[in-house]
Amino acid sequence: MQTTSQPAQHGGRAGRPWGVVALLALLTAGYVAVYGVQQLINGLQLGAIYALIAVGYTMVYGVVKMINFAHGDVYMVGAYVAFGVTAAAAAGQITPGQALLLFGVGMVAAMAGCALLGALIERTAYRPLRNQPRLAALTTAIGVSLLLENLMQIIAGPNPRPFPGLIPLRQLDLAGIVINIRFGVAFLIALVMMAGLQYLVMRTRVGKAMRAVAFDLDAARLMGIDVNRVIAAVFMLGSALAAAAGVLVGVTYARIDPFMGIIPGLKAFVAAVLGGIGNIPGAMVGGLLMGMAEVGVASVRSELTGAVAFLILIVVLLFKPTGLLGERVYDKV
Amino acid sequence: MSELAPATTAGPLRATPWPVVLGRWLLQLAVIVGIYELLVAWMGGNRYLQVVLTQAGIYVILAVSLNLILGYTGQLSIGHAGFMAVGGYAAAILTKFFGVPFALALLAGAAAAGVAGLLVGVPSLRLRGDYLAIATLGFGEIISVLLSLIDEVPVGSRVIDIGGAQGLIGIPRHTTFAWTYVAAVLAIKVVWHFVHSTHGRACIAIREDEVAAEAMGIPATRYKVLSFTLSAMLAGVAGGLYAHQYLYLNPAVAGFMNSVFILVIVVIGGMGSTTGAVAAAIFFTYTNDALPNWMQALHLPASINPPAVRMVLFSLLLILVMLLRPRGLLGGVELTWAQLARAGRLLTGGGRRPGVAKGGAA
Repeated sequence: MQTTSQPAQHGGRAGRPWGVVALLALLTAGYVAVYGVQQLINGLQLGAIYALIAVGYTMVYGVVKMINFAHGDVYMVGAYVAFGVTAAAAAGQITPGQALLLFGVGMVAAMAGCALLGALIERTAYRPLRNQPRLAALTTAIGVSLLLENLMQIIAGPNPRPFPGLIPLRQLDLAGIVINIRFGVAFLIALVMMAGLQYLVMRTRVGKAMRAVAFDLDAARLMGIDVNRVIAAVFMLGSALAAAAGVLVGVTYARIDPFMGIIPGLKAFVAAVLGGIGNIPGAMVGGLLMGMAEVGVASVRSELTGAVAFLILIVVLLFKPTGLLGERVYDKV
Repeated sequence: MSELAPATTAGPLRATPWPVVLGRWLLQLAVIVGIYELLVAWMGGNRYLQVVLTQAGIYVILAVSLNLILGYTGQLSIGHAGFMAVGGYAAAILTKFFGVPFALALLAGAAAAGVAGLLVGVPSLRLRGDYLAIATLGFGEIISVLLSLIDEVPVGSRVIDIGGAQGLIGIPRHTTFAWTYVAAVLAIKVVWHFVHSTHGRACIAIREDEVAAEAMGIPATRYKVLSFTLSAMLAGVAGGLYAHQYLYLNPAVAGFMNSVFILVIVVIGGMGSTTGAVAAAIFFTYTNDALPNWMQALHLPASINPPAVRMVLFSLLLILVMLLRPRGLLGGVELTWAQLARAGRLLTGGGRRPGVAKGGAA
């Protein structure tokens, strides 16, 4: 996922992490052997959603070194924005083409709205605390998270809402492996977005500035980079991707509620830690692995899915706190 | 009490003579008993007041214990209710199914919560950074999920039913205001003496700057785990009291909302201020109980329900207090008689600066 000519994401790992690639290939092969190809596809579909949320966590952590607890709730707001834009129009008789158009409109509205929301949260709640102890910003983030959930509960009501099915629900049978078109499209959209993010971060000026700020904030400022604008851009980008994940989950699972962001947010964070916090390709890989693990466990005992993320977190913290692709970070004194 | 040992003075530190120590202890005991008698006299036969005050006592324990790890050691734990649930379930199972005496059950609950604290703390506190926050958040959710999955547990030859998602019912009533009061006083004393000991100073040093603390030879991980485990044990005691007060426990006790309530108390009361935590716990328990009544008086539409409004208010308070006073309203300040007197002098003495007033008096 990383090009050798460019410096690695946040840090200086040269070349490709072949060991990790081999490990992943081994894991995937073992997974297919145990659960079959069908479960692998299901797991990757779920994992792509986690990956979209996880990159937001990891990018924010990369630049400001804080866990943005409100990130899962931005994802929830994204789903609600798309719901608000499309629900009325989708209630009548519409052709599949119109439904797809509506889906596009809802997606763009959600991403734009949440990008603004992300920038607003950063500007009002986090920026004033950037030079305070980290505990203060973390506590504020929890406050923002609760505020979003409960405001949404007051605005939209506490009960789950049915999200309009804007992508046709059809099964595709490929030699015994069933792919649901709706889930397939969501998966492809998630992949395209992650590829776009990778391009943006590695190949554009803004992306270069983001990498510089993540590498060393003070040095980046000395080089004439407007650090505040870059951090705002990171929040906007991460929030837009979380909103996209929210819309995709809304379309595929057809059900949204004000507290839908808590658990996926937690799991996505664990995915980011698994991949190596601060590392964007790591977050993507971590998200996919998380989805696979969860689907695998769910096929044995569905109630235990909630415990998978926690177990993964404890194991990663115990044995490889830097994650699969992360690097050891030293404190600068 | 909190004077630093003067390192430069010649000669050994002179110990306080024992009659003075004894006198202080007796005075303290008299104040504690006096407050208790006053509260009991105030409650009289009022059942509602008894329930609220007992609840306040339980949340005092929770707030003071969370303050130990959050306020004094500077590590964010957002799964405190998880430890409360572990302690509560452990104590309730012991009294309900095995007829264990209440005091022993409370201690066992504390031990169970302490073990859970070790299990969560050791992996996440070894690392620098905010992993404890996410691990404790996950822990609360996991405890909640596990408790709702487990129905019947075989213990030796018999099977006990802890109710799964329906919750554990039929817990014997043991908690009285007296039990809660004694436990709260003990919790406050434990935390107070801990933070004013060598160990407490080490914890405060870690909060201020972990790298510098380690450079001074403080084993940071060990102290963080120690403080976290102690905090979890006290939460376990509070859980035991809670279980035998409401006679019913359900997995939601371990949930996020309860943890946030405790967090709000500590943050508003002031991180690193035991007296602030006590005051805030009493204030918020009362407000929490009274809020539905106040809202009923306002005739709001049905969609604006008390739980949502409560959380909106709490979250706004959290954000605003953090933005305006990042260490909490009473961050690092204890409400002592001297402080109160100084505040009184400030109010009456035409706004003289406290430093000047103090200097003048000396």
